Amino acid sequence: MAEFSLPKNSRVRQGRHFPALDAKKPRTFRVYRWNPDDAQSNPRIDSYEVDLTGCGPMVLDALLKIKNEIDPTLTLRRSCREGICGSCAMNIDGTNTLACICAIDKIATGDVKIYPLPHMPVVKDLVPDLTHFYAQFASIKPWLRTQSTAPDTERLQSPEDRKKLDGLYECILCACCSTSCPSYWWNGDRYLGPAILLQAYRWIVDSRDEDTGARLDDLEDPFKLYRCHTIMNCARTCPKGLNPARAIAEIKKLMMARRF
Amino acid sequence: MSAQDFRHPLKRARGLGSAQSGLGYWWSQRVTAAVLVVLGLWFVAMVLSLLHIDFATARAMVAKPWNALFLILFVVTAFWHVTLGLHVVIEDYVHTRWREVVLRMVVTFLAVLGALAGVLAVLRIVLRA
Repeated sequence: MAEFSLPKNSRVRQGRHFPALDAKKPRTFRVYRWNPDDAQSNPRIDSYEVDLTGCGPMVLDALLKIKNEIDPTLTLRRSCREGICGSCAMNIDGTNTLACICAIDKIATGDVKIYPLPHMPVVKDLVPDLTHFYAQFASIKPWLRTQSTAPDTERLQSPEDRKKLDGLYECILCACCSTSCPSYWWNGDRYLGPAILLQAYRWIVDSRDEDTGARLDDLEDPFKLYRCHTIMNCARTCPKGLNPARAIAEIKKLMMARRF
Repeated sequence: MSAQDFRHPLKRARGLGSAQSGLGYWWSQRVTAAVLVVLGLWFVAMVLSLLHIDFATARAMVAKPWNALFLILFVVTAFWHVTLGLHVVIEDYVHTRWREVVLRMVVTFLAVLGALAGVLAVLRIVLRA
């Protein structure tokens, strides 16, 4: 059966508390911690009081302040700090998003709760194991596939056809949508999930790609594609404001189009 | 993932490949849903019209050709839709393979039984009228 409660070793316990002394503008961050070197112990929630007067505006700034000044053992991924690399995707205040573009003061009053992306194996603390997610991306062969002889210059595309890639090419594969999708939680081994299906549609709809039929053939599967039950968490959570559910619906429409 | 697994992640992701089906299933679910909206309204209206009338009149109402036809259509479509929906629920949540297969078969069997019983009931009323 699908797992509705956490296994015994995964139950989250109360961890350490790091108070801020003489803070002018304190805010508490409650962060999920788990260390594979201490695999016998359960995950825990450590709480850190951070003085926001000396801190940048985003959740990532606070996390880096914690790592630099309070607890260097805190582990997280980050790189570009401007919402283009997708490294710092995590669950903040109950929603998957990028820590670097999530403003602290946009989060309702109370403690800021930070967890790794849901329902993925955890490597350490806020770092999820995305191996399978990336392998699924590779499985759709996300590159231009053609039969015709390569031209001497670029393959041209009309402005109208180029427009069809808007809302798709911006996807940075942060995995926020896929890990927010209950269908992906229960059947992620076979269901490709919203992110990968949006990427698949990005190539299906590309006017320069000549392998459209084969791409649709690969998706014509009860699990790879049709596990999408239009729950729409993907569109709600996407930190780039994209709509993977619409891309999935477009794929289903093309599946119909080639039958009638 | 166990440390003993030497398979490449791509091997796992590609799995057994595409089943080359799924569209028919998905489409039937939509079509039966749309048909049930219309037939469901008709069904409720008909049941309401049967209120406060005696058994013989009610029986004669059901035995009318159009009513009998729509009733049969309603029963079959409803059970068909229920089967498709329950199959999806089972595929989503039941992850022990034998349980999944057995449950799916049980659901299909019960639905066929229910649909046939419904059709038989309507036919009995029609043929005895």
